Amino acid sequence: MRGFFMTASGRQVLDEGEISRALARIAHEILERNHGTARLALVGIRERGDLLAARLQKKIAEIEKKEISLGALDITLYRDDLSEIGPQPEIRATSIAFDLKDKVVILVDDVLFTGRTIRAALDALIDLGRPKAIQLAVLVDRGHRELPIKADYVGKNVPTSLNESVMIRLKETNGKDEAVIVGGNGA
Amino acid sequence: MTKTQWKRKDLLGLRDLSAEEIELILDTAKSFSEVSQREVKKVPALRGKTVVNLFLEPSTRTRVSFELAEKRLSADTIGMTSSGSSMTKGESLWDTIANIEALKADLIVMRHASSGAPHRISNYTKCGIVNAGDGINEHPTQGLLDMFTLRELKGKIKGLKVVFVGDILHSRVARSNVWGLTKLGAEVVICGPKTLVPWGIEELGVKVVHDVKKAIDGADAVTLLRIQMERQNETLFPSIREYASTFGLNLELFKLAKPDAILMHPGPINRGVEIESALADSPQSYILKQVTNGIAVRMAVLYLLSGGMKNEE
Repeated sequence: MRGFFMTASGRQVLDEGEISRALARIAHEILERNHGTARLALVGIRERGDLLAARLQKKIAEIEKKEISLGALDITLYRDDLSEIGPQPEIRATSIAFDLKDKVVILVDDVLFTGRTIRAALDALIDLGRPKAIQLAVLVDRGHRELPIKADYVGKNVPTSLNESVMIRLKETNGKDEAVIVGGNGA
Repeated sequence: MTKTQWKRKDLLGLRDLSAEEIELILDTAKSFSEVSQREVKKVPALRGKTVVNLFLEPSTRTRVSFELAEKRLSADTIGMTSSGSSMTKGESLWDTIANIEALKADLIVMRHASSGAPHRISNYTKCGIVNAGDGINEHPTQGLLDMFTLRELKGKIKGLKVVFVGDILHSRVARSNVWGLTKLGAEVVICGPKTLVPWGIEELGVKVVHDVKKAIDGADAVTLLRIQMERQNETLFPSIREYASTFGLNLELFKLAKPDAILMHPGPINRGVEIESALADSPQSYILKQVTNGIAVRMAVLYLLSGGMKNEE
C-alpha cells in the first residue's frame, strides 16, 4: 500500500546503482519510443512517483539537452475506497503547471501493484485535460493486478506474495536509494 | 508519521477543536484550493453522498459557498429554507432533522438563528452536522477561512496581531475567530463601542481596546464587522452616522497598521458605515480573496467530516 510504513529493513531487491541504471534505461526507452522529447511531459504520482519523475526529467535532459515539463499528481480524491476506509487520508496538492492538451504524458509511480492507484491517476489526469496519450513508467512491478492495467516501462519485475509489501526508499525522503521487500517469510 | 486524524462527525465550532485539528483543516484546504483553479473544477471525493443545506436564516454567500464546495466534491445537494419547508406548517426542528435523516442524507449544513441549535441536534442524528452559523455563537467555517487567508498571506498565525473592529456582541464570526486564533497563538485585539463588546470577553485571552487608533496600531490584520441591525432590538449606539465617524475605518486610519497589513471583512460590507469605499477597494483589502478561500475551506471540512462519520458507526 502507498504510504505504508514498517521499521523492518527487509530484503533488498534494488540498490542505489541499480535504481539509477533502471531509470537511465527507462529514460532511453521513453525517448526511443516517442522519437525524442516533442510533446513529452512527466507526471509523477505523490508520494515518491513525483521524485522519480524528477529524476527521469534530469536523465532525459542529460541525454537530449532538453528539459521536459514535470508535474505532480495527488490521487487521493479519486481513490475507489474513500467511502470504506476510516478517517480520510491526507491530501497533497496536485501541481501540474502546464496544459495537458495534446501532450504525451508519462505517468510515473514507484510500485505497480493492484493497478487501482493508476486507475485513479488516469481519471484525475483526464479531469485536468485531454492528453494525446498516457504511458506508464514504474520502478517496480510486483504483480497481483486487480484491474486490466499494464506498465509501458518497468525498472524491475519483482515477483512477490500477497502478504509481502514492496518499499521504495529514496534519498530525498529516506536518506538512501533502495527497493526492499518486507513482510511475508523474508522479514 | 503521527499526523492528526479527523475523527469527528460534526463541525460545531472552533471552541471544541484542538490547535492540531484546526491546522489539519487548514492544511487540507490548501490542497483543495488548487481544485477551484482547474478547468474542470470537480473531484469525485464525495460521490454518492447527499448533503442537505438547511438554512433557517437568510444567507447568500455562505449558502452559495457551501453549495459550490459540495458540487466540486461531486456530492448531491438539496437546499432547504424555513419559508419553503414544513417548518412554516408547525413542524419542529427535531422532526425536520428526523425526516432529513430518513431520506438518507449524510451531512446537514445548518444555519439557525438560535445559538447552540446545531449542538443540540447533533446528538440526535447520525448525519454529520456542519454549523453554518448559529445565532451569535459561532460560524466556524468563516473563522477557518479567515485564518486560512491570514496564513496564506502571512505564512503563519502565531504571533500576529489581529484586530476585530465593529459589532462584536452579535458577531459569531468574531467568536469563532477568537477561539481559533488564540489556540494558534495569535494576539487578538477586540475593538468596538462598549455596548457592542461582550462583557468578560477578555477571559478568552483577548485584549479589549475601545479607541480604534490604538487598537489597529501595528496590526498585521484588521477584520471589520458590520453592525447587525437585524439582531438589535435596543439602542446600543446613538446613530449609524455617529458609529461611522467613530469606528468606521478609512485609508488614512489604516496607515496606523503595519505597512503590509491586510484588511478582511466577512461580508456583507456596508460601504460608508464600517468601511470607507476606497479602503474596501484598496490593494490591501482581501475581502474577495476570503470569498474564494471559503470554498476550499468548506471542501476540506466536508471531506474530513465524511471520513470522520465512519468512526461513529
